[in-house]
Amino acid sequence: MGLSTRHLLGIKDLNVADLQLIFETADNFKSVLNRPIKKVPSLRDVTIANIFFENSTRTRLSFELAEKRLSADVVNFAASSSSVSKGETLIDTVNNILAMKVDMVVMRHPYAGAGVFLSKHVKAQIVNAGDGAHEHPTQALLDAFSIREQYGDVAGKKVVIVGDILHSRVALSNILCLKMLGAEVMVCGPTTLIPKYIKELGVIVEHDLRKALNWCDVANMLRIQLERQDIKYFPSIREYTMLYGLTKPILDSLDKKITIMHPGPINRGVEISSDVADGEHSIILDQVENGVAIRMAVLFLLAGQTG
Amino acid sequence: MLDPTLLDGQKFQITIQRLCRQLIENHNDFSQSAIIGIQPRGIYLARRIAEELRNIIPGQTILQGDLDITFYRDDFRRREQLTPNQTKIDFIIEGKKVILMDDVLWTGRTVRSAMDALMAFGRPEKVEFLTLVDRRYSRHIPITADYTGIEVDSIASQKVVVSWKETDGEDKVVLLSDKN
Repeated sequence: MGLSTRHLLGIKDLNVADLQLIFETADNFKSVLNRPIKKVPSLRDVTIANIFFENSTRTRLSFELAEKRLSADVVNFAASSSSVSKGETLIDTVNNILAMKVDMVVMRHPYAGAGVFLSKHVKAQIVNAGDGAHEHPTQALLDAFSIREQYGDVAGKKVVIVGDILHSRVALSNILCLKMLGAEVMVCGPTTLIPKYIKELGVIVEHDLRKALNWCDVANMLRIQLERQDIKYFPSIREYTMLYGLTKPILDSLDKKITIMHPGPINRGVEISSDVADGEHSIILDQVENGVAIRMAVLFLLAGQTG
Repeated sequence: MLDPTLLDGQKFQITIQRLCRQLIENHNDFSQSAIIGIQPRGIYLARRIAEELRNIIPGQTILQGDLDITFYRDDFRRREQLTPNQTKIDFIIEGKKVILMDDVLWTGRTVRSAMDALMAFGRPEKVEFLTLVDRRYSRHIPITADYTGIEVDSIASQKVVVSWKETDGEDKVVLLSDKN
């Protein structure tokens, strides 16, 4: 039994069996990562190119580490220091890389659908590491995996995603993934940052942070993506923080304990205060640790199909 | 037609007992030894041997674990999708005398992968291999068992299936041909 898809372009291409298979495989890789020798030889005959047309620290590092732990050969490519700035097209760039016998491509791109486009034009298997404001499947998988680890199961859990839903690929992938696993999902933020048709995905919309927190088991705090905001969506960062920033006093005023998540990078003092981000309810660093195991699982399962 | 059963009933029990006695003869004190079964089918043999050893030499702690070799196999990407099983080794193997166990020894490739997988946990003092059924003359790599239950001469199209009381209802080893 393998994955139902040859590429990982988005959560919407996966089914529940795929998610369970990825989680179970990631469980095994998590135990590998706790061994004295944290490396397995599975992908020793596979070459993977990490192609990043957009900045990234965590995701790129996490993918690279996952690839190296699987013994794959890795080449890294950052658009800022490449011929892309000389006018080369995406397909030409990637085909040139593939001519060097690369089997898989992990790509981040500022345009939605870049991964899908590429998968139709090149032979290699594509893993989407974020395409514009569309999807970021491995982030959603590691978030769901972290919730599963915390509570034993994702089904029936109440998860609120707070912040810039409009520009967030993490939000969309998370909503699709959590709903598929049977969780209840709420989005919370200023009206201007919540897409008009988001309810069609079966999520609850709430504009009051306190109400949202009282409802949920898990709060996933998102960063305000100023780089994607071409107009002003709210009067000031200060006002946003006052209405939607998660602080210790708010957390303490709730009548229950909730789990705090954040996909990173954190803007401390904006969407989340330092004492909450580093507090006992935060599983932010567990998310990062799980990210490597999830990415190993995805790469392992995809690579296993080409045999 | 020949009876396909190679081992069952009392004979099966005697074979397990003999393997245990041979282990005791070589290891004596099991405080520095560990029994590790190879997933998926070797774990039942390892559990049975550990249980019998505890009966024969009560009071001794017998360390026993399960080892999954999926990520170390040499046929990944060369056959259908492999899905991993659980590895459960709750003790330090560094400096221990490890006895790897699998129900059937055939090509030897599984044992090679298992040795690779084992080394990721540390450096054992010694590694031995115990198998219930040795399918002779079919090795792809130079590997021999230190302890063998029974030896079988078989051809590639045949299959040796080991059943266990705990999971399959009875202890039995059968040799299946295409016909049956």
